Amino acid sequence: MAEKLISIYIMGKKYEVPSSLTIMKAMEWAGYKLIRGAGCRSGFCGACATVYRIKGDYRLRIALACQTVVEPEMYLAQIPFFPAEKAIYDIEGLEPTAEQLFQIYPEILRCLSCGTCTKACPQEIDVMDYMAEAMKGDIASVASKSFDCIMCGLCAARCPAEEAQYNVALLCRRLYGKYLAPKSQHLRERIEEIEAGKFDEELAQLKSMGEEQLRQRYEERDIELA
Amino acid sequence: MKMSYTPEMRESIRKVEATRQRRLKEIHPRIPPQEQEEVLKRFHPDYVEGGMRELLVGPNRGDRTPIELADLLEGRSHIEAAAFDLGRVDYECDVLVIGGGGAGASAALLAQENGAQVILTTKLRFGDANTMMAQGGIQAADKPNDSPAIHYLDVMGGGHFTNVPALVEALVMDAPSVIQWLEDLGCMFDKEPDGTMRTIHGGGTSRKRMHFARDYSGAEIMRTLRDEVRNRQISVVEFAPVVELVMDDKGQVAGAILLNLETGDYSLVKSKTVIIASGGGGRLHYQGFPTTNHYGATADGLVLAYRVGAKLAFIDTMQYHPTGAAYPEQILGQLVTEKVRGLGAQLVNVEGEQFVYPLETRDVESAAIIRECIERKKGVVTPTGQQGVWLDSPMIDILKGSGTIQTNLPAMVRQFGRFDIDMTKEPILVYPTLHYQNGGIAIKPDGSTDIPNLYVAGEVAGGVHGRNRLMGNSLLEITVYGRRAGKAAALRAKEVELGELTLEHLRDWERQLKEANLEPQIVSPLLLPDYTRHTRPVSMVR
Repeated sequence: MAEKLISIYIMGKKYEVPSSLTIMKAMEWAGYKLIRGAGCRSGFCGACATVYRIKGDYRLRIALACQTVVEPEMYLAQIPFFPAEKAIYDIEGLEPTAEQLFQIYPEILRCLSCGTCTKACPQEIDVMDYMAEAMKGDIASVASKSFDCIMCGLCAARCPAEEAQYNVALLCRRLYGKYLAPKSQHLRERIEEIEAGKFDEELAQLKSMGEEQLRQRYEERDIELA
Repeated sequence: MKMSYTPEMRESIRKVEATRQRRLKEIHPRIPPQEQEEVLKRFHPDYVEGGMRELLVGPNRGDRTPIELADLLEGRSHIEAAAFDLGRVDYECDVLVIGGGGAGASAALLAQENGAQVILTTKLRFGDANTMMAQGGIQAADKPNDSPAIHYLDVMGGGHFTNVPALVEALVMDAPSVIQWLEDLGCMFDKEPDGTMRTIHGGGTSRKRMHFARDYSGAEIMRTLRDEVRNRQISVVEFAPVVELVMDDKGQVAGAILLNLETGDYSLVKSKTVIIASGGGGRLHYQGFPTTNHYGATADGLVLAYRVGAKLAFIDTMQYHPTGAAYPEQILGQLVTEKVRGLGAQLVNVEGEQFVYPLETRDVESAAIIRECIERKKGVVTPTGQQGVWLDSPMIDILKGSGTIQTNLPAMVRQFGRFDIDMTKEPILVYPTLHYQNGGIAIKPDGSTDIPNLYVAGEVAGGVHGRNRLMGNSLLEITVYGRRAGKAAALRAKEVELGELTLEHLRDWERQLKEANLEPQIVSPLLLPDYTRHTRPVSMVR
């Protein structure tokens, strides 16, 4: 079955491609061998950030090339890398406070609240909202609201205040995970038990078992209810 | 562009909906052990004879191996030994880490902590790895009703008792401290307000020990480890895959040759020890299967290690994840996390009936799905002819309360939502997809190999999982063994005296190929899969 071909423009050059393909597969169909601009091919890694317009429409749109189907008269370019500021810090020596955030990324306070970042997010994260939380120093809120970020960099690429929102978010998540999240008592206790050698004998016994004996133990083991 | 379901698929969905209330109370029986073996032998791709051949050269000569992998293992080098100048060293370090995924990042951090000067080199971007895409979680026996011994038993049973016991022991005993390490670096695991880890079942687990970070578990671990490597200012070389290991005249691994993918230039790294952490090979598309794997997953590390004489283990067994997306075509083969079943969704056929217990081990679950479609003809067929069965996701919200799917599976909801499928209201169509390399380079518990100065960690290693890996043990393996290999390689580097660099092993390899009457046309490692369409032969300018 011959599939319908449509016209798309890859960096301004016209190609005819099947209408059902994703942008990434359309580029490969057109003859590109991707080195930059392709990563997990499943929407998790942010390598294939793409900006495009449809002919005759002034609006700039964004997409992940691996998760978006081509459209007729699509003018596209990939932004596989963006030179955003990434601060160097020692997570061990930080405090989970607003002052610390502003010290590491003082440009947080330059945010204009224009919302361009939110419009640029292919994960539909309200980036402007979490940047507002960052300005308030609410680290827990930034961590939670930014959690689904894939660090593609489109927010930073579009930001008139020249922020690197996704790096601010990463810092907040690390501060939250390390300092603010409630500690797990059971985890601490289990590590102490292992270090004290509580399970050594049982492990040694299991390791020395023949297949038949081990198989029997396995098949007889009780299973925690769902 | 509207994708949604076809009228034929909608008709089947109505049957799924009609049986749903009844099924909510039904538990499909598990497959008894003897029958499991039979289902595997008849339907699992590992047992398809046409997909395998014997290796003719190298340390695994005579071993049954997937054809696509065997061809690469027996390929020609990118490097012509006589023409490559080993006199000019471009980089020098104590520990060279090959691979920028979770195992490589863990190894780099521990190597540096143990006093080594480290270079991490990676084929694409740092963090471009299967780690980034792992959704479901990471196992660790840290709850009061659980123990490393119970974890050990689950791992051995899941691997059909073929796993290397000492490797499993290290895996389960290190697990809780690895969770602590990740949390100390700032990983956000899902927790109750009192700090108790939220944990669920995975296929083949006897305790709920799957820790997770929403359904971005691997991404959360990867971005944290990557940030830490950057903060510690470890040298990272991107877009620079290793095309060959370099030895010295004492028979030790002593470095590697990198290829700059963008300029085509080679460079030489001299290194006291080398850690291969280059991941799996799903992009070889064994037996034509689609894959969940990263673009760069082309089994390069196996080729590199094989050429210096390292032995491979369990390379005839691959993991086919039971639930790859079967529709829409645009996301064919992409991962639908096991967590969907862990949260209560059942697998049902075209008639809306269950046909398998949802949390069998992955190999058995996949074989049962293939049986349902191929033998029993109860699959759903898409417009492209792809088969699949329903994963009844809306059950989750009915069982666990409205909003559970959105909260726990945001990546999945987003993935299908992009194609106008609302998995909170409609089931999704799935079929097994190539997911994981169960075997790999044979290792010892410290990540070392039979080759002096060569260490291995992560998916590229073999023996931990035997013939089948359980969910949540790969994120665990990359961190446990990344750390172990990083430490061991750094300590080893302190005592290494390197001799003269040599590529004699490549000349030896050529001799072995000749003796086996092989004249391979394939150049390996493969580096990238070839998805590019060309309508005429391509000009040499490119």
